[in-house]
Amino acid sequence: MLSRAQVLGLLFSLLAGCAYGQQQNSPSDIVKRGEYLARAGDCIACHTAPEGRIFAGGRAMPTPFGTLYSSNITPDRDTGIGKWTTEDFYKAMHTGRFPDGGLMYPAMPFASYTKVTQADSAAIFAYLKSIAPVSQKNREHDLRFPYSNRQLILGWRTLFFSEGEYKPDPSKSAEWNRGAYLVEGLGHCGMCHSPINALGGTSQSDAFKGGLIPMQNWYAPSLTSNREAGLGDWSLKDIADLLKTGVSARGVVYGPMAEVVHNSLQYLTDEDTNAMAVYLKSIAEPASRPPTTSATLPTTESSLLVSLGKTVYDARCASCHGAQGEGKPPHWPPLANNQSIEMESAVNAIRMVLNGGYPPGTEGNPRPYGMPPFAGLLSDNEVAAVVSYIRTAWGNRGAPVSAREANELRSAPLN
Amino acid sequence: MAWVGLAISVQTFPVLAQTPGHPPDTMEARVEACTPCHGKQGEGTSDVYFPRLAGKPAGYLYNQLLAFKNGRRKYPPMNYLLEYLGDPYLQDMAEYFAEQRPPLPAPAPSDASKEVLQQGQSLVSRGDPVRQIPACGSCHGPGLTGMEPGIPGLLGLRPNYVSAQLGAWRYGTRTAKAPDCMQQVAARLTEADVTAVAAYLATRPAPIVIAPAPKGAYVLPFACGSEPD
Repeated sequence: MLSRAQVLGLLFSLLAGCAYGQQQNSPSDIVKRGEYLARAGDCIACHTAPEGRIFAGGRAMPTPFGTLYSSNITPDRDTGIGKWTTEDFYKAMHTGRFPDGGLMYPAMPFASYTKVTQADSAAIFAYLKSIAPVSQKNREHDLRFPYSNRQLILGWRTLFFSEGEYKPDPSKSAEWNRGAYLVEGLGHCGMCHSPINALGGTSQSDAFKGGLIPMQNWYAPSLTSNREAGLGDWSLKDIADLLKTGVSARGVVYGPMAEVVHNSLQYLTDEDTNAMAVYLKSIAEPASRPPTTSATLPTTESSLLVSLGKTVYDARCASCHGAQGEGKPPHWPPLANNQSIEMESAVNAIRMVLNGGYPPGTEGNPRPYGMPPFAGLLSDNEVAAVVSYIRTAWGNRGAPVSAREANELRSAPLN
Repeated sequence: MAWVGLAISVQTFPVLAQTPGHPPDTMEARVEACTPCHGKQGEGTSDVYFPRLAGKPAGYLYNQLLAFKNGRRKYPPMNYLLEYLGDPYLQDMAEYFAEQRPPLPAPAPSDASKEVLQQGQSLVSRGDPVRQIPACGSCHGPGLTGMEPGIPGLLGLRPNYVSAQLGAWRYGTRTAKAPDCMQQVAARLTEADVTAVAAYLATRPAPIVIAPAPKGAYVLPFACGSEPD
């Protein structure tokens, strides 16, 4: 129980907080803060179509259940959210419901956004209200039966959605809590970095444990396992560099994560990036590198693969990544002791060899170096061989991969 | 001692003076990702569907990079590579390949018939006024080397590439900024015209000057969004 004095003290500090807040938050400050928070939430990635008007929606989002089209969130009164109130917007973010009570599909990451505070939600809304309205009707979703029935969302919500703002952990620092708030809330990192089950949901206990992103066939590594993207043994600087610039001494972002850095993370302040780094480093499970003996191929086959792999590596890869896989970080990433090469899923390593890629252009790294695509130069056998080689050479502890796995990823979608 | 030895060798052989741990700070190193398909200097490779980039006007190359980045021009491996790169960097890439001058390949012997090549020559150099088809040369230049900033040269490209692109213009899968002049022209071509033009272009020897004509060297027969006045 709080004493009367404590209650009064609390009330006073709340009031003082309000007064202080009002002084600071002139309308233009709120809009600016909302713009920043909208960046942190990466709203633009889904709510803007390629070559489309900003936030006018219409971007096709393929899912295992059919194609969804993102909605117009400009302040147009007829086709956008011009008639919404601040409360309506908070309800959407917090509960995943439209103003009329209708259910949103969980492609809208309300299971993460529910953690966003009412004040932050109001700021984002103020920002969205300040941009140019665009009259563009929302496109009907194109979902297969039975997923076209919105009532099914109720079941999904029962299984996977728990409503509630982020609750700071008083045993942790303010910085840690800020990081957790951003990662779990606006950043909606768990949308990809958690295993997606057949129902298109993530159970709480699997949060941040990694998963294959449906339809894209990229593997979003676990943020908790040090054998994947767990950042337990990374320095805070390397984590922050990766988030902010897309490159770091330990590795580089490609694929869907390049989008996140490009559209969202590069715009965050150093304080917020560092806070995310502190939090991400802390959720990594205790460092352990259990020996991998789970070779999935017969030994003779895998040793043949590895010797072909070394030949391919020396001819094609060593000029950038170094004879010992040391790379020239941050631009040419090291492959030795690189978790993303060693982790159980070899999908990303195979795809990088096949498709190559550029890290995102960012303010901190505006002219990134690119990796050539080798799909046209290497056979399935050679791809499997070189990936097996980099997964097992120089003390790396990954398992070899087969030519079939390489072949299957040739048809993976590229965008 | 080894350290000293290294220091001396760095002084003696400037080629080793590159900062260890840093890739060369050059565009050449940065566009390494383009080379498996387009060649070291953008000269093209043995794959007939991957075009030569070298020496095309920077404005044209930049427009294509932007179109791939934004998805207007669809080829997933290219869309994927460029999606998150900044526009000024795409401009740098365009300028890099525009400046390259590897020699044009020797014209390949054509397996097209004499009649087909004649039809191709006629369309390329005279067009077909009855069908309102301008000569290719009226926009792409008398030497077919293009004009800065936005009109590409047509030499050094394989027939398969040219006919695939003309086909894409005809079917509307390749588009450019309005007024989309190339789309208007391609819409008037028949399948046979496309085959003939593509076959004839591939037989053309390299002109003495392979650089594109400077901006405004000649007047275009009609307005073109890619080549603003």
